[in-house]
Amino acid sequence: MLTVEGLRSRYGRIEVLHGIDLQVNSGEIVTVVGANGAGKTTLLRCLSGVQPVSGGTVTFRGDQITTLAAWRRPARGLTQSPEGRQIFTNLSVEENLRLGAYGFADDRVDRDMEDAFQMFPILREKRNLSAGGLSGGQQQMLAMARALMGRPSCLLLDEPSMGLAPIIVSQIFDTVRGLKDLGVTVLLVEQNAFGALKIADRGYVMETGRIIMEGAAETLIADPRIREAYLGI
Amino acid sequence: MSELLQFLFSGVTVGAVYALVALGFTIIYNASDVVNFAQGEFVMLGGMITFAAHAAGLPLPLAAISAIVLTAALGVGMNKLAIEPARGAPVVSLIIITIGASIFIQGAAQIIFGKQIHSYPAFSGDTPIGVAGATILPQSLWVIGGAVAVFIALWLFFTRTLLGRAVLATSNNRLAAQLVGINTNFVMTLSFALSAGIGALAGVLATPITLTAYNVGIAFALKGFAGAMLGGMGNPKGALVGGFAIGLIEALTAGYLSSTYKDAAAFVVILAVLFFMPQGLFGRKSTDRV
Repeated sequence: MLTVEGLRSRYGRIEVLHGIDLQVNSGEIVTVVGANGAGKTTLLRCLSGVQPVSGGTVTFRGDQITTLAAWRRPARGLTQSPEGRQIFTNLSVEENLRLGAYGFADDRVDRDMEDAFQMFPILREKRNLSAGGLSGGQQQMLAMARALMGRPSCLLLDEPSMGLAPIIVSQIFDTVRGLKDLGVTVLLVEQNAFGALKIADRGYVMETGRIIMEGAAETLIADPRIREAYLGI
Repeated sequence: MSELLQFLFSGVTVGAVYALVALGFTIIYNASDVVNFAQGEFVMLGGMITFAAHAAGLPLPLAAISAIVLTAALGVGMNKLAIEPARGAPVVSLIIITIGASIFIQGAAQIIFGKQIHSYPAFSGDTPIGVAGATILPQSLWVIGGAVAVFIALWLFFTRTLLGRAVLATSNNRLAAQLVGINTNFVMTLSFALSAGIGALAGVLATPITLTAYNVGIAFALKGFAGAMLGGMGNPKGALVGGFAIGLIEALTAGYLSSTYKDAAAFVVILAVLFFMPQGLFGRKSTDRV
């Protein structure tokens, strides 16, 4: 579904991605784990088109989208729930969700919103409130629900567990796991390597702008080097 | 009594112009957090281009429409040439760019249209309408009606249409707007076109009463800005109320104190708002939580 080959990106003169190769197959949950500053978020920014690519290619569902404008990508089926949630704080919860389906104007918008409320009942309760007043966990749910409103075939999910209480984190991970049953392919970027690898099919380990390891999630979780470096076990 | 009514009529008339300018501020501010100080020049251009087109033989309605369209196009050009290349710069830098654009437009207008004061005939004649001992010009009704119509259209746009919400979303979080598929460049282009067109409309309607010259823009910009601040920046309802309020305060100051102090009234209001209620009358308190 999503193929990344030799992807390079830079901030000014400093290159932060040094040739990333990565593959996400239809129906998979794939995770990219790594420490803070490894380039995980930059990778997702490149995939969504909000960060310029200086080399390599991104292919999505058979089309080269390396330089496709960011705003055209959701319509292709590639949406992102970004790091730090980035919800529209001055709009209501419902308006945030409606904008998630910005490219669409059919009956399915209402059905999808109903599904989002089923998935995150707290959002239904707060649908008319300003999104800026939500708690961190609720904002994360809103960010994910908004990305799902865009009818993704592949959802890019950046650090959904960041800054949340452990109980909320496990709820969020359960939800991500559940997306698989809905037929959504997920590329999950996480610092919480253990939580992410537990729900993923395959994983990549990223360090200073390079993929240093890849494999089935259970293989990685059992690897002594990974356990020491990322799982703290 | 009829004296007060007369002051109120003139206040509402000039207030409607300020309200239109304030509404223009609101749109660009909503899309980009930028206060566009060239807004007053759009008003000047509306009047000037209508005058020039009318003098060149175009019927007045056609001249007015061409002024609005040309000014809207100029707004788009300003965004493309001056604002878009500086994207990523701090908002303050962008605001300074708009001041530069304002000075540039004023200079160009001086060269193209000359330094004379211009006007053209009122739309529905010059016979004042008597109301309870006071009089109001038919053109005043055009100005007031224009402000109210634009307000209603904008209010519907921002609260009832997806595109209007996309404009709000773009100003709130440009990155997230792109991630949900909003073409943020188009939103900016649209905002400048709308804003410039509304400014031009204000000029088109007001010029038969206020007359126009290459340098009238600044005063409109500052007073419209005072109106937008008073109402709460970014809120169309605030812009409308604030604009009318500034016009009334100005007319009453001129009537009961001295017309010397007329122009000071708007600035006293700006200071008072900044000191005592920076959110303005209808400004939304920001409720960001981290």
